Amino acid sequence: MTAIVQDQVDEKRRRVLLIATSAAGGVLAAGAVAPLVASWFPSARALAAGAPVQADISKIEAGQQITIEWRGKPVWLLRRTPEMVQVLEKNANAGFLTDPQSKDSKQPEYCKNTERSIKKDMFVCVGVCTHLGCTPNLKKEIGAASDMGADWPGGYLCPCHGSRFDLAGRVMNGSPAPINLEIPPNRYEGDAIVVVGEDQSKGG
Amino acid sequence: MAATQKKIPVTGAGPFNGVLTWVDQRFPLMALWREHAAEYYAPKNFNFWYYFGSLAALCLVIQIVSGIFLTMNYKPDAHEAFASVEYIMRDVPGGWFIRYVHSTGASMFFITVYLHMVRGLMYGSYRKPRELIWIFGVVIYLALMGEAFFGYLLPWGQMSYWGAQVIINLFGTIPFIGEALAVWIRGDYNVSDATLNRFFALHVIALPLVLVGLVGAHLMALHEVGSNNPDGVEIKKDIDPVSGHPRDGIPFHPYYTVKDMMGVAVFLIVFCAIIFFAPEMGGYFLEANNFIPADSLKTPLHIAPVWYFTPYYAMLRAIPPMFNSQFPGVAVMGAAVLIFFFVPWLDRGRVKSIRYRGPRYKVFFTLFIISFLILAYLGTQPPDVWGSFPEGVPVVGGGVVGAWVARLLTLFYFAFFLLMPWYSANDQEKPEPLRVTY
Repeated sequence: MTAIVQDQVDEKRRRVLLIATSAAGGVLAAGAVAPLVASWFPSARALAAGAPVQADISKIEAGQQITIEWRGKPVWLLRRTPEMVQVLEKNANAGFLTDPQSKDSKQPEYCKNTERSIKKDMFVCVGVCTHLGCTPNLKKEIGAASDMGADWPGGYLCPCHGSRFDLAGRVMNGSPAPINLEIPPNRYEGDAIVVVGEDQSKGG
Repeated sequence: MAATQKKIPVTGAGPFNGVLTWVDQRFPLMALWREHAAEYYAPKNFNFWYYFGSLAALCLVIQIVSGIFLTMNYKPDAHEAFASVEYIMRDVPGGWFIRYVHSTGASMFFITVYLHMVRGLMYGSYRKPRELIWIFGVVIYLALMGEAFFGYLLPWGQMSYWGAQVIINLFGTIPFIGEALAVWIRGDYNVSDATLNRFFALHVIALPLVLVGLVGAHLMALHEVGSNNPDGVEIKKDIDPVSGHPRDGIPFHPYYTVKDMMGVAVFLIVFCAIIFFAPEMGGYFLEANNFIPADSLKTPLHIAPVWYFTPYYAMLRAIPPMFNSQFPGVAVMGAAVLIFFFVPWLDRGRVKSIRYRGPRYKVFFTLFIISFLILAYLGTQPPDVWGSFPEGVPVVGGGVVGAWVARLLTLFYFAFFLLMPWYSANDQEKPEPLRVTY
């Protein structure tokens, strides 16, 4: 065997082979990483746990709110009093709401109204602040009866960064939260049962 | 040392010369020792600030060792995690000590790393030819932040849970892909068992491996170009022709190993004092809410990250939402960390060390440090800690005093970096000495 002499080496060919090998290796490596990346998506069990939940609302009194769990998130079921419902229309035109018509916010089409609900009195809402995911507290008293000042229209206050929402989950100006609270898909089975996580059209 | 070179037997007073020679003929033992310790010539004018590199390395070792022993009793399961930490605290012999070493170690790690970074900024240790040392360092800082964040979820207390919730939702604000990205990070629609389990894996194996590798690269790059010093002058420019070593250099071992041992002793006194007398550090090292098990339906009244993240958290809060999105605040927060990468190229000063810098640099640097500290304080407090401007004062964008102070300080923070090409190039610097002073 004679040693390979430098001038016999085809540098161009060698570079082509090097690039081709690197590219093929790169594709293989990417293919091997894909299942690893995929393993981080919600598992079948987590997906199943995201199924719709039912709640009995017949025992919720006017002005009372209960919290149920859907996909690990709190969902509020607030039975609004007639006074609370009335104030919502007023809020929409008062100018202190960032998105009074809920144009930029997340809700099913059938909840894109002033009350942001199917039934005017029954408010179904994901209790997760649209700022950074904390759970706002209910401050339901309207006006001076609340500890929020005389012009407080009733609503929610986020304890983390002070975002304020009205009783339809609409964000007030000057809050760090950019959009209104999310309304989940929901439907009613009769008068007593609300199903959270399923749209009205499905068997509603 | 090249393999072809014939190795001389190891000699010395010790009884192990034969063994060492045997090893050295099969492994570059003496070469490594000489290159990184006995014949690594470091400037002789190192001062107090030069303790923190070796102390940060010590913190890494402490965290790895105490962490290994914590995993022996910890259970990365949403139903058992909180209880297993309490089990370690109450029932495992000495468990409380191991846990407090680890939780205190996290804060001490950040203190030493922050002081180490201030040192680098003050003496221009990021300047040519040390840019890559600095870049490795910033990557270490990023990895350390990730490591701390993943680790903080593991006790599965209220603050663990809601802290993770807030931070993961930061990624959720990224336009278009955010929502899907947040679900991917969590592995669920909410922070859950899946999240805890993967954070455990990242915290105990993935990031520690990365950190150890990066620290190795940081040191190799350092030993390639040599250490900077408080005067910012290159000791390699003045080589003693007889010895072939820098005139202003002394071997790392024994001179700086002994000096660093002194630093370690003082450091451990402080460390132990915290572990034994104030392991929670008034809620700054371990937050009160974290002694309540995680509850996905109830947010604690006041959420604050651990102190080492609070400067960035204060910036995040200070930036109001724009275009119906929280993303601008997140982008500012990210930029505040990533901007460190560019410092070597932003600095146009003719001298490296703050000792010879002009007044402009000193003003910007001082403002930067003060801003960082006040932002850190604001980040630990509720947004309205300093109340609101009086009624009637015309303020755009909300009348909360704390938010406006944070905005101003964020401006100073960024001014230090972004205006650096101008103020550092046009400054009344003092002449650098030819050799180090001490």
